[in-house]
Amino acid sequence: MAYMIVEENCTGCCACEPECPNQAISEASNGLFVIDPAKCTECIGHYDEPQCVAVCPIDLTCIIDDNYPRYEAA
Amino acid sequence: MQTVQNHTAAGSAGVNAAVNIEDIMQQVAEHKGCGTSGGSGKASCGSGAGENDLPPEIWEKVKNHPCYSEEAHHHYARMHVAVAPACNIQCNYCNRKYDCANESRPGVVSEKLTPEQAAKKVLAVASTIPQMTVLGIAGPGDPLANPEKTFKTFELIAKTAPDIKLCVSTNGLALPDHVERLSQYNIDHVTITINMIDPEVGAKIYPWIYYNKKRYTGVEAAKILTDRQLQGLEMLTERGILSKINSVMIPGINDQHLVEVNKAVKSRGAFLHNIMPLISAPEHGTVFGLTGQRGPTAQELKALQDQCEGEMNMMRHCRQCRADAVGLLGEDRSAEFTTDKIMEMEVNYDLDARKAYQEAVEKERQAVVAAKQEELQTLAGAHSDIKMLIAVATKGGGKVNEHFGHATEFQIYELSTSGAKFVGHRRVDLYCQGGYGEEDTLGTVIRAINDCHAVFVAKIGGCPKNDLKTAGIDPVDQYAGQFIEQSAIAYFREYLEKVAAGEIEHVVKGDAEIRQGALIAA
Repeated sequence: MAYMIVEENCTGCCACEPECPNQAISEASNGLFVIDPAKCTECIGHYDEPQCVAVCPIDLTCIIDDNYPRYEAA
Repeated sequence: MQTVQNHTAAGSAGVNAAVNIEDIMQQVAEHKGCGTSGGSGKASCGSGAGENDLPPEIWEKVKNHPCYSEEAHHHYARMHVAVAPACNIQCNYCNRKYDCANESRPGVVSEKLTPEQAAKKVLAVASTIPQMTVLGIAGPGDPLANPEKTFKTFELIAKTAPDIKLCVSTNGLALPDHVERLSQYNIDHVTITINMIDPEVGAKIYPWIYYNKKRYTGVEAAKILTDRQLQGLEMLTERGILSKINSVMIPGINDQHLVEVNKAVKSRGAFLHNIMPLISAPEHGTVFGLTGQRGPTAQELKALQDQCEGEMNMMRHCRQCRADAVGLLGEDRSAEFTTDKIMEMEVNYDLDARKAYQEAVEKERQAVVAAKQEELQTLAGAHSDIKMLIAVATKGGGKVNEHFGHATEFQIYELSTSGAKFVGHRRVDLYCQGGYGEEDTLGTVIRAINDCHAVFVAKIGGCPKNDLKTAGIDPVDQYAGQFIEQSAIAYFREYLEKVAAGEIEHVVKGDAEIRQGALIAA
């Protein structure tokens, strides 16, 4: 699985972008932020908690995307 | 910069030390043609917000800074650019989800700018408004939570507009990591928002912080925050960087505690303390707005500011501006400078023209000070315990020059035999009304200045005049176009004479209401 950003909750504050250890987060053309599921590792192996979740000021904005299989560290 | 640091401490501590006052004031007087007014054991030019108590080299740094000098804000303008909206802490008086009057956020009201756009905007504004002397990065969010964008912006502006003073406002959590870099960019003004030094109090204000790749909550979070804030302040002081402290007064949570905060920050070298009222309305969607946490009344705020004033200089003219505010304080021109308009503007940054304009402003400013000094002489020898507040309608320039009906705010002065001292301002016309609506404009004005004995205006109609009198507020239009403090002292002298002659009886006025929300563009 990967994390995803719930668009209607995102305020475009960009707090998450620099914290992501995988550069998986980028700004979309609408000024909001998106996570590239191919790059997201759920911060496993990097930090105790996913950084986007820890820094996002709005609850339930960075959530698990069930469309992807659980990430496994290589 | 070691000397500056020492003088900062001496300037604050010296306020109550009679030995130093004369020396300090003499230097200030020589510098800007201003004498001492005495009164309440505190030397000043009578304006009271305290900038004139500062040692000359500090005064030189802040004298043209509208946010630091209560008198300068009549004459100089500032602007904020929103380049770094990320934040690393959560405050119960802030809600990043909904837009509200006290901040502009990306994607909702105004655009977040890239550092390049911000630099262009600064040049465009400085070319249009020659009295614009200060650029601040103050949010939304914490500028030091996104240091690359913040410092890139400073770098670009320092290159293209070297005469503009740079300042930054921070919650302090990341401050110790960036003090060195701040000093490299020659940013000599930093504002730190410090609402507590007791983590138990802090836990009621901050639900969480993000620090060292972890989210901390409760007392643990508040402990880290206060430690980092005070450490950052000490580091700034060591490097001779001026620090102003902002505190939000939250009744029942930190109101009395702010006296302790004041002592703590003063002892660590902060040169100015700005205690602001909590802005909290349910529609802002903040935790405090939703729990019904009220803001302070006008008298509660003034009493706390007065209580701290013996300790250090207090700032009283803060408008709690938006993060993209442009222009003179209380006169937001941000709508003229949207990104679209800036990109089209032809920018001709003329340093000499700006300098010439600012020299003219300086002359006008000295005239204001001279007029007040002259009038103050007429109060010499008068003894009375009477203190009273007056409200003044002004468009700026230190004059009574606004029509009663056009005033969007009133400036409040406290009159005593020491002179006229600026103690605050009251908004009466907010675009984000917070529950007042269109109803009863005059009633709104009266509630906002109900603690004042008189209101000075350039002009006023017959109807409001009578209603003001009924409310016990004397409408005064005889000083139209004249200097505020000079007029106020003349009025007070006559008032004292009438009281002495038994013509009027001095009564103590009631409390007034602080209207919530910051001024936003029309």
